[in-house]
Amino acid sequence: MTDDHVYLSLAEASPEPEGEGRWAYGTGFADPLLGVDTAVPPGLDGADLAAYCLMLGDDALVLAQRLIEWCTRAPELEEEVALANLGLDLLGQARQLLTRAGQADGSGRTEDDLAYWREDHEFRNVRLVEAPNGDFAYSIARLLLFATARGALYEGLAGHADPVLAAVAARGVKELAYHREYATAWTLRLGDGTPYSAARMQAGLDAVWPLVEELFTAHPVELRVGVDPAVLREPVLRSVAAVCAEAGLTVPDVPGLAAVGGRAGRDGVHTEALGPLLAELQVLARAHPGATW
Amino acid sequence: MAGTRASGGAAWAVAAAVPDPELPMLTLADLGVLAGVEEDGATVTAWLTPTYSGCPAVAEMAADVDRRLRAAGFADVRVRLRLDPPWSTDLITAEGRRKLAEAGIAPPRPGVLPGGGTAGGSTPVALGRTRLASDGKATGTAAGVAAGAAAGTAAVVPVACPLCGGTDTEELSRFGSTACKALWRCRECREPFERVKEI
Repeated sequence: MTDDHVYLSLAEASPEPEGEGRWAYGTGFADPLLGVDTAVPPGLDGADLAAYCLMLGDDALVLAQRLIEWCTRAPELEEEVALANLGLDLLGQARQLLTRAGQADGSGRTEDDLAYWREDHEFRNVRLVEAPNGDFAYSIARLLLFATARGALYEGLAGHADPVLAAVAARGVKELAYHREYATAWTLRLGDGTPYSAARMQAGLDAVWPLVEELFTAHPVELRVGVDPAVLREPVLRSVAAVCAEAGLTVPDVPGLAAVGGRAGRDGVHTEALGPLLAELQVLARAHPGATW
Repeated sequence: MAGTRASGGAAWAVAAAVPDPELPMLTLADLGVLAGVEEDGATVTAWLTPTYSGCPAVAEMAADVDRRLRAAGFADVRVRLRLDPPWSTDLITAEGRRKLAEAGIAPPRPGVLPGGGTAGGSTPVALGRTRLASDGKATGTAAGVAAGAAAGTAAVVPVACPLCGGTDTEELSRFGSTACKALWRCRECREPFERVKEI
């Protein structure tokens, strides 16, 4: 073989259609809900279901982006792999939820339309997930809170009337259990480690805390088609408090970050951190509209 | 929903023999991903249940099943995803577990659940075990919410080394080269090995 381009060489070695070498390129199958019944079940409002899937999907997409930012920057290679794995789980959940949102509202928008072609004020994620990564302790504190709360929420959604949402939640419960276990282990290691690591972990927890309350603040759409997040508040905070107690950390007692005129992430009112995050997330798709590979 | 796990048809045999893109020693049937195949005249519909939410191999699996069924002479092939019930490592067949071990990958332990209980639970919190010794007792850090204990399993099932069979093994990293695997080490033969995590 004379061609020194590795992918062209692969193509020559394994031509279509029998070639398993196609693995190197990806496929034309892009729909994460391939062949799944798209009808909205009777009794559910399609617009509400779409808005709800967008909220949960945006939470997962934005936190996935933050977790993946740790690649090449984590303190250990193993933690980079771990954080990227957790991000991949969330990205998979986001793909299904955004696809479901585009089906349920009748717009036919794809996951890519929704991920790459919306502006920051159209995103419906809670502000907790968009905050910059901070140090490792901050990222771990955020993950602990998010994974505990999202795992509990998915438990409540596993029997949802919408079969797609129910299926995403049923599998998500198990994935989030791993996320929570990972965050718990690091919270214990850092909190119950040296005085310096404990101080850093406490600072991370303190800095995350103002963004936590929004996880338990219901938007009307959540009350109509989802689980009221307010009911998760007590069990989730109790669980996090147990981790803090074991780690020798103090549960912060600080007020939540104020909403803007009663509006926050679920209404599209975000912190200034979301814009730059989306710029990086969306730049390739916007520079080359419609590109495929 | 149409489609069953029933095997025996010609189309089932073709789809069941498709190798997993990331664990090619296993077929999609071994892995429990092939959820059903339905033959209706010239039309074949194959259902796949994806593993992890973010598993990038799902599209490959669908493409491979589609291509092999067409190559086997089925003209009208439809590949569909079935999300319910969700995939679990408990769906990996006995044959699949044997092939994994043969390839040097420790198979998942049946009936063990991931994580440490639920948000509302009162499970004690502690660092997870890195070693599950052969006598069933945790070693290393404080005993706590290891997966097995939280799932209500009475005895902790040790992870056996797929290379030498030793049960004095320890976890090096919970997250490995793919979403479904963790990195372990055998303290008897000193070799590292991968293991498929329970989910």
